[in-house]
Amino acid sequence: MPNPPVPLNYYLALSAVLFLIGAAGFVLRRNIITIFMSIELMLNAVNLSFVAFSYQFGKVDGHIFSFFVMVVAAAEAAVGLAIILTVFKNRSTLTIDEVSSLKN
Amino acid sequence: MDLILFIIFGMFAVASALALIFQTHPVNSALSLIGVMVSLAVLYLLLGAEFIAAAQLVVYAGAIMVLFLFVIMLLNAGEERNPWKAPIMARLAAPVLLWLAGCAVYVILGLPGYKSVSFGAFTGGGPKEIGMAIFTKYLLPFEVTSVLILIAIVGAMVLARKEID
Repeated sequence: MPNPPVPLNYYLALSAVLFLIGAAGFVLRRNIITIFMSIELMLNAVNLSFVAFSYQFGKVDGHIFSFFVMVVAAAEAAVGLAIILTVFKNRSTLTIDEVSSLKN
Repeated sequence: MDLILFIIFGMFAVASALALIFQTHPVNSALSLIGVMVSLAVLYLLLGAEFIAAAQLVVYAGAIMVLFLFVIMLLNAGEERNPWKAPIMARLAAPVLLWLAGCAVYVILGLPGYKSVSFGAFTGGGPKEIGMAIFTKYLLPFEVTSVLILIAIVGAMVLARKEID
């Protein structure tokens, strides 16, 4: 069975596409939880870039960076979901357009 | 085999990511995000990052997404009423992002000088090498991370405990 190798550019292009899909979700959606999941998607896309560059240079440093990104994402998810919980308790809504105290 | 696996799981990742932003029910979005994470874990394995692939499955697809699903079900978040009522500027951003994605893919695919990925060519991504790097070269960031986690725990407890006016 032939085994054609994959150029590393494909991985980087996939990472860029996933990041931009996450950015589109961030600006287009109105639900706080979906927006938060779009942020997680962007973090994942950046992790793929880190691991791909780590392969290119033959070093393990990119893996460490993406490990730290995962740790920070876990901390961010805990705090962010607590904030969402508090917003829902006080406003009974998950739509960001109805939470606009800072706007005025 | 490398190319076939990359195409299958790359397409699956992009399709799940699109499903994430086009689903109107948060639970479906969360399940799509799990699809993205699992397919990215396979791609990490193809890139020789065994430890990161395992951490991706355990930490991301396991812990973080369970937290998301827990909050979605705790808040009883149902179908959105007006899911596409974005402001006009946000709608204008969609074609710009699409154009940006096209440009990024075009430029990145044309970049010279990158290696070709074949499974098994990079063997430095196991737990041993990661542990050696974390506990020698990156020891200070690792310890600072533990302080960050502590602050996050305290912050989450303070935020979720009581009503804030």
